[in-house]
Amino acid sequence: MMTMSQKILADKSGLENVEPGQLIEAAPDVILSNDITGPVAINEFRKATGELADPGKVVMVCDHFVPNKDIKSAENSKAVRKFCEISGVENFYDVGEMGIEHALLPEKGLVGAGDLVIGADSHTCTYGALGAFSTGVGSTDVAAAMISGKLWFKVPSAIKVILRGRPAKFITGKDVILHLIGLIGVDGALYKSLEFCGEGVKHMTIDDRFSIANMAIEAGAKNGIFPVDDVALEYMKGRFKRAPKIFAADEDARYDEAIEIDLSTMKPTVSFPHLPENTKTQWEETKIDQVVIGSCTNGHISDLKIAADILKGKKVARGVRVIVIPATQGIYLEALKKGYIETFIEAGAAVSTPTCGPCLGGYMGVLADGERAVSTTNRNFVGRMGHPGSEVYLASPYVAAASALTGYLTSPEDL
Amino acid sequence: MEVRGKVFKYGSDVNTDVIIPARYLNSTAGDELAKHCMEDIDPEFVRKVRPGDIIVAEDNFGCGSSREHAPMAIKASGVGLVIANSFARIFYRNSINIGLPILECPEAVKNINPGDTILCDLESGTITNETTGKIFTAQPFPPFIQGIIEAGGLMNYVKKGQK
Repeated sequence: MMTMSQKILADKSGLENVEPGQLIEAAPDVILSNDITGPVAINEFRKATGELADPGKVVMVCDHFVPNKDIKSAENSKAVRKFCEISGVENFYDVGEMGIEHALLPEKGLVGAGDLVIGADSHTCTYGALGAFSTGVGSTDVAAAMISGKLWFKVPSAIKVILRGRPAKFITGKDVILHLIGLIGVDGALYKSLEFCGEGVKHMTIDDRFSIANMAIEAGAKNGIFPVDDVALEYMKGRFKRAPKIFAADEDARYDEAIEIDLSTMKPTVSFPHLPENTKTQWEETKIDQVVIGSCTNGHISDLKIAADILKGKKVARGVRVIVIPATQGIYLEALKKGYIETFIEAGAAVSTPTCGPCLGGYMGVLADGERAVSTTNRNFVGRMGHPGSEVYLASPYVAAASALTGYLTSPEDL
Repeated sequence: MEVRGKVFKYGSDVNTDVIIPARYLNSTAGDELAKHCMEDIDPEFVRKVRPGDIIVAEDNFGCGSSREHAPMAIKASGVGLVIANSFARIFYRNSINIGLPILECPEAVKNINPGDTILCDLESGTITNETTGKIFTAQPFPPFIQGIIEAGGLMNYVKKGQK
């Protein structure tokens, strides 16, 4: 009577059965870090005398502050680059071939169904979209796993999220996850799995699922996971470097609670400052200064298509800075071939090489005191995008692009 | 091991972005990070904090990013213990892994005020509010975790396993 998440953990720890609360040691298939968390992991790694248990399982991506924003971040990238060179880590992605890690790893086929993935980045939970158990950990965890090939886990209990119906117009995976976080709160799934199911899942594209699993952490969850269906298998076909291993929750799996979401009655949803749980579907006039379309949550090709369709042949509102960031080089190239990039530039938007930069107030779109941004990113904490007096409104690419045209927080229904 | 210090008290959902803003994540040095600890939620913190002081907070402390820089900044600022109703799970792991003591104890959180002096025995989980005289007991760590802490953090624990 195990959940899907528990079955993967049992498989990776060589156990017949696992129970919620049980502490286990399991062997991850992929151990990820980036240019912020990698240097800390490397420092920890060097405290031990070991070698990498398996360089093939280690993935390092320079994506947060690259192309490097200052000397210190250049030193950090250099440390990661050198470490990969010395240690024989082939899955190292640098400027020119990198992408935002959680879009890049699925695209490159490095993660897939049945995998256990750990990453020193909280949005590592994204790969649950493909039916992997994937979760964010710290840098020391990554160092320990790189040496021993294993890591300890507490087996999570789970919340079942049943998606019903066909999504209403303008409803994306982003709206679904913001709505869910609004229902249960930023600690509503603390230490737990969010297991998505129901006939509504088949209407969620793979990019919708990436957005949903990506923000499971924003409800405090350990992981978010989707059943492996034809949509997921189709995405992994020809990409995933291993054979997908399909796990499904037992019929009698136990859940702490079940939450139903009717996709057909949903409205475009926005998280107001300063917590992702502050969701609204109606609002007062809210003037904005910046729009960001991108990130590991919404930098996929379908997100860019949504934005391009809205912006095509139009101009962004005067006084609004619109920044579009394709999540990977592959997505960038596809958007270029499809004409989206031309659309963005003609509309008056700035288009950037892949980077996490503005999402966490690193660079490439830092906000001044009192400024407001509508952003397709994942967090709107105090100071997240810059000055502690700035504000971030989290939304889908529909809302972000609509707002770019009007200069106010705008639902696509009102265009 | 005992910790004794004055209390800095905060509410719920104190996230890693306010514990150490990303604009300082180009550094991995604890003392550098400590200079900006809690900057966006409590600009006075860095000036006022003394070695051994204690952070007390409500629900979901440390939510958000996986940055280990957050517990590193707190530890390097001199804080000896964080007590909260609950912790976000990655922060919880990171704190144990780098040896920042943390305890979950809603009863204590409810009965501790900013500026109170607290004495805590980490092994038994006994928390004494010396200002009010009240005593609380937090659940001590399970043996598995105690092993990691006794070894002085996860890396030392791994090193032990290699021998």
